[in-house]
Amino acid sequence: MVIVGAGQGGLQLAESLRSEGWTGPIRLFGEEPYAPYNRPPLSKAVLCGDQSADHLTIRGPDFFAKKAIELSTGTRVTAIDRAAREVVLADGGRVAYEGLALATGSRARTLPLPGADLDGIMVLRTLDDAEALCRRMAEARAIAVVGGGFIGLEVAASARKFDREVTLIEALPRLMARAVSPAISDWYADLHTRRGVRLLLSTGVTGFAGVDGRVTGVETSAGPIAADLVIVGVGVIPDDALARACGLDCDRGVIVDDFSRTSDPTIVALGDCTARRLPDGTLRRLESVQNAVEQAKSGAARLMGKERPFTATPWFWSDQYDVKLQMAGLSAGADTSVTLGSPEEARFSLLHWRDGRFVGCDSINRPADHMAARKLLDRGTDLTAAEAADPAFDLAARARAG
Amino acid sequence: MVKVVFIEPAGAEVEIDAAEGWSLMQVATSQGVEGIDAECGGSCACATCHCYIEGEAAEAVPPPSESELAMLDHVVAERRPNSRLSCQIKAEPMIDGLILRVAETQS
Repeated sequence: MVIVGAGQGGLQLAESLRSEGWTGPIRLFGEEPYAPYNRPPLSKAVLCGDQSADHLTIRGPDFFAKKAIELSTGTRVTAIDRAAREVVLADGGRVAYEGLALATGSRARTLPLPGADLDGIMVLRTLDDAEALCRRMAEARAIAVVGGGFIGLEVAASARKFDREVTLIEALPRLMARAVSPAISDWYADLHTRRGVRLLLSTGVTGFAGVDGRVTGVETSAGPIAADLVIVGVGVIPDDALARACGLDCDRGVIVDDFSRTSDPTIVALGDCTARRLPDGTLRRLESVQNAVEQAKSGAARLMGKERPFTATPWFWSDQYDVKLQMAGLSAGADTSVTLGSPEEARFSLLHWRDGRFVGCDSINRPADHMAARKLLDRGTDLTAAEAADPAFDLAARARAG
Repeated sequence: MVKVVFIEPAGAEVEIDAAEGWSLMQVATSQGVEGIDAECGGSCACATCHCYIEGEAAEAVPPPSESELAMLDHVVAERRPNSRLSCQIKAEPMIDGLILRVAETQS
């Protein structure tokens, strides 16, 4: 079995192959020079200096030996020869496979704007990015963050911890617009403003200014913003180049189904590099730990000739300052919401309905609500907004009761 | 170094000399202790590193935070009085000798 991509998903697939009973060889190829590590802390604890890089490694060296997983770091796979069932490595070597898993992840999107190649304009995706950013942040005086999604906001929060001047520029009228409901966006806009971030919403970036090759500012629709460090967090691009080149069906991501199957029965794909075809025909792209892990488990089962569909409710989280945001379900387009708890005390959840169906829950510092909502969503509950709006409503009890 | 012992769901005991300051979840996963998923990487957001703490040293483990307690309500295996999320316990001298029985299921 060959796995291309040694992130959290690729590693999970290797482990799941072993727990599914595969006893043959497993080759795990990673382009980065590191063993698989946890990416989520890169924009949080690592950037704040609270967590050192060696704490990120998911499995120690003994583990790979014990599980007979042959990990090759710093190794790029350059092509897939589906006819021969071989992958081609950068050094020209070829490795045969019986089953192949693509876990190639995603790349940070960059902005094709004037001045985008100036020194001091950075993205955050890898451990190397995070370490470089840490060093720059220590020296920077004024930091501009382009993009008000999870990465941009987490970076802004970390930068404020260093007491740096931070301006965050977001093109849309609200923060995290793709992931959370408008009320949560507004609550976070207020939080960041109170913590000293200058927020520019509905503001487009038109270019970057520089002197002697180094960035000095961001040109925006609201005028120039001075900055000696710019972090661009405007989403990711699924890394589906290998899959496209060998003719697998792709549409901004390798197209898979609930079983992580691609259009080639010997190849599965998982995680950020995929776009999952749902039963209703639409494509869903999720960049999350849960998505990578669950698709990996399904993919491993599939390679062993078993069926393990990934149908669980999507969930995500984001840590900004001392606030934990957890999202269960997909609440886009919700038409009815009920608030539990107290937004003033920074402990509340918003439950969401669309066309009368309970579809999601955004929780702020209320992890128990998040877990309860996930249970209810997984079960396809008939919970109504009227029921939840009753002052005596107890979400945890409802989740236990079914 | 702090000595901790994990008992895997299948019964195997894994004794580890843990570096101070690491979370016991990190200690376990980096050594490949079976049965700990730790999907969220240690941010107390998933309840998939559930263990039962045992032995004399269990008394010395600092009590769970409010957010850990809330997450413990949602572990998949049986919740017992000694249930803990191993990502929320740090390796430090006072817990030397701690035994962690890994919960039989995590998700």
